[in-house]
Amino acid sequence: MAPILEARHLVKQFGDLKAVNDVSFEVEQGTIFSLLGPNGAGKTTTISMLSTLIKPTSGDALIDGFSITRQSVEVRRAIGVVPQEIALYEDLTAMENLVFWGQMYGLSGQALRARIGEVLDQIDLRDRARERIKTYSGGMKRRVNIGVGLLHKPRLLFMDEPTVGIDPQSRRAILDSVKTLRDGGMTILYTTHYMEEAEELSDRVGIIDHGQLIALGTQAELTARVGETDTLILHLGENEDPHHLVEALATIPGVLKVNPLDSQVSIIATSAEEILALVVGKANELGTRIHSVDMREPNLEAVFLHLTGRALRD
Amino acid sequence: MDFKRLFIIAFKDLRLIFRDRSALVLMLLAPFVLTLGMGALTGRFSGAGTSTFEDIPFQVVNQDQGELAAALIQVFESEDLAALLAPEIITDPVAGRQAVDSDKSAAFILIPAGFSASVLSPQAPNSVPPQIEFYENPTRPNSAGLLRSILDQFLAQVEIGRVSAQVVVTQLLQHGLIAPAQAAEIGKKVGVNLATRGAADVSAQIEVNQEVNEAPKFDILAYMAPGMAMMFLMFTVTYGARSLLVENRDGTLQRMLVAPTSAANVLGGKFAGIFLTAVAQLLILIGGTSLLFRLQWGDPLAVWLLILAAAVGATGWGVFFAALLKTPGQVAATGSAVMLLFGLLGGSFFDISILPGPIQVFNKITPNAWANAGFSTLSAGGGLRDIQPNILALLVMGLVLFGVASVWISRRGLGRK
Ligand SMILES: Nc1ncnc2c1ncn2[C@@H]1O[C@H](COP(=O)(O)OP(=O)(O)OP(=O)(O)O)[C@@H](O)[C@H]1O
Ligand SMILES: [Mg+2]
Repeated sequence: MAPILEARHLVKQFGDLKAVNDVSFEVEQGTIFSLLGPNGAGKTTTISMLSTLIKPTSGDALIDGFSITRQSVEVRRAIGVVPQEIALYEDLTAMENLVFWGQMYGLSGQALRARIGEVLDQIDLRDRARERIKTYSGGMKRRVNIGVGLLHKPRLLFMDEPTVGIDPQSRRAILDSVKTLRDGGMTILYTTHYMEEAEELSDRVGIIDHGQLIALGTQAELTARVGETDTLILHLGENEDPHHLVEALATIPGVLKVNPLDSQVSIIATSAEEILALVVGKANELGTRIHSVDMREPNLEAVFLHLTGRALRD
Repeated sequence: MDFKRLFIIAFKDLRLIFRDRSALVLMLLAPFVLTLGMGALTGRFSGAGTSTFEDIPFQVVNQDQGELAAALIQVFESEDLAALLAPEIITDPVAGRQAVDSDKSAAFILIPAGFSASVLSPQAPNSVPPQIEFYENPTRPNSAGLLRSILDQFLAQVEIGRVSAQVVVTQLLQHGLIAPAQAAEIGKKVGVNLATRGAADVSAQIEVNQEVNEAPKFDILAYMAPGMAMMFLMFTVTYGARSLLVENRDGTLQRMLVAPTSAANVLGGKFAGIFLTAVAQLLILIGGTSLLFRLQWGDPLAVWLLILAAAVGATGWGVFFAALLKTPGQVAATGSAVMLLFGLLGGSFFDISILPGPIQVFNKITPNAWANAGFSTLSAGGGLRDIQPNILALLVMGLVLFGVASVWISRRGLGRK
C-alpha cells in the first residue's frame, strides 16, 4: 500500500533562517508518526506546509496522492488539523464551535448533528457542550480543539503538540484517544517535545532539530544507534514535587541527564545498576518518597542526547 | 466562489458581534441615547399643543452685544414667532423690571455683558461666567413659562455647541487638519453655528405646538438620527476589521484557511460578515427610531437601497483599515478616532460648510457625508432619483476600497503572522 504522506525535500526559509531544511519522510496508513524535537526545531513549520497553510520554499509532499503545492483543496479535504495554539471562538459554546467548523468541512443537517454527538462523546464533553468556551478549563479547551479536527473523519490527522500546558489526567485522556483513533484506522502525524509521548504513541519517529531530520525510523531502529546508556524512571509518591530531586541527582557520577515530568523523574545514565543505590539514597536524604522505579532500555531521549549532545528539554 | 462557506463565515461573525455586550452598547445603545438626548434638549418630546398665546409682551436688555446675544434676539424676533411674541429691545434694566412689576410685560430678560465671550472663549479659572437674568411676571405664568422654555432651549443648544466645539477643535487639531492658530476661530464658528441652528429649532418647535395636527417642518431628530447611526456604523465596520486581525492572532483564521475552501473565499466571508453586521445595525437603528421617535425616514425602497449602499461604503473603509494595520489594538485605536473624525467631517454634529475649504473636500471621502445627505433628502420627501449620486458614490467608494484592501491582504498573505 502506498504511504498516505510522502514529504520530499521540504524547505522553508524565513529570511536568513532555514526553519525547515530538506525534510523528507513517509507515513504509512493507519499508523502514528511522531515528529519529536525541541522548541523551535521546525515542527509547526513542517505541519503548516503539509496542511497547505504556507507554501514551501522548495520541495513538495503528496497526501493521499495529491500535491500540497498544486492540489491544495483536495489535500485539505483529506486532512484534519489540530493546531498547537487553541483555535476556537471563545464567545461561542463548544456546540456552536463544532457546528461552525463542521459546516466549514461541508457537513450539515442530521449528519452534522450525529457526528457532533460522536465527537462530544470522544472528547467527553457532552454535558458541558452548551457552555461558552471561555468558561472552560485549559484541558477542556484542548479537547474541543482536538474535537474540531476530528469532525469530518479525516484520513490523516495532524496534531501539533496537543498536550502542551495541561494537567496529567487530561494528558492521559488525550494520549489514550490518539491511540484509539489510530486503532480505528486514522493516520496521525503527532508532534511533541516530550520523549515519553513519542515513545508511548509512535509506530515510527522522526527526530527534528534546527530544521533537519536527524533520525528517522522505528523506536527499535533508533535506539539501536545509541551505545550503552540506560534510563531510570522514578515514579514519585503523590504530591511530591520532582524538581527538588533534579539538582541533587545531576551531581551523581555517571548520570548524564535528569528530566522531571509530572510526578516522574527520568534519569539517563551510563549504567542504571551502578547509580540506583545512590539515587535512592539522595531521595531519602531529601525526604522524597519514591513509589516505584523502572529501568528502561536505551530510549529516544538518549538518542537525541547522543545525536546532538543536548537534552530535548532544557 | 463557494458562497455556502462564505455565508457560514459571515453569519458566524454576525453571531459573534451580537454576543459582545460592549460592542452592542456602541453599535445600538449609544446612537439611540445620543439621538434621544439631542431630542430631549431641543424639546422634541414636549408633546401636545398648548393654549394659544398672542403677542406676549416682554422686554430685553442686551448689554452683551456679542454673537450669542444677537442669535437669541434673532430667535425672539424671528418671523415664525412673530404672531406669538412681542419683544421690545430696551436699554434700561430698571425700566424692564418695573414693566414686569406693573404687569405691563410677561417677563424681562437681561443678557449681561461678556455673555458671548464667556461661552465662546476659554474662561479664566475661578471666574463666574455671567448669567442671563430672567425676571418673570408671576401673574402671567403661562406666558412667562413659554418665554422661559424658549430661553432654556436656546441655552441648552448653546451648551451643546460649546461642548461640541471643544470636541471638534481637539479632534481637528489632533489630526493635523487645522493649525493651532485657527483653533479658536473655528471653535467659535462651530459654537455659533450650533447655537443658531438651535434658534431655528426653537422657533420650529413653537410652531409645531401651535399647529398640533400638522407635520413638523423641521425635525432635528431627522437630522441627528442618521448622523448618529452613520457615526456608530464606522465603529461597527472597524470592529469587523479588528475581528480579521483577532482571528489571525488567535489562529482561527489559519484554521479556516486549511479547511477545504479558497483563501479568497475566507476573506470574502470576513468582508460579508462586516457588511451584514453593518446592514443589521442600520436596520435596527432606523426601525427603532421610526417606532420610538416616530421619525419619518421617507420612501422605504430608497431608504433600503441607501442603507445597503452606506453599508458597502463603510465596510470598504473597515477592510481598508484591516489591510493597512497589523494588530487588533491598532485597529481599535484607529477605529474610534476615525469614527469621531468621520462623524465630524460627515456632518453628524454640525454643518461643516463653516470649516476651511480643504476639509470640505476631505469630507467627500467619508461615507457619512454621502449617506447623511441622502437620508436628509429622503426624510424631506425626496425619492430614489434624488439620491442616485449618493448611492453611486457610496458604492464606488466601497468597491475601490475593497479592491485596494484585497490586493494588499493577498500580497501580505492571509494568515501570515
Ligand atoms: N512566520 C515566521 N517568520 C519567521 N520565523 C519563523 C516563522 N515561523 C517560525 N519561525 C522560526 O522558525 C523556527 C521553527 O519554528 P517552529 O514554530 O516551526 O518550531 P517548533 O518546532 O514548532 O517549536 P515549538 O515547539 O516551540 O512549537 C523558529 O526559529 C521560529 O522562530
Ligand atoms: Mg510548534
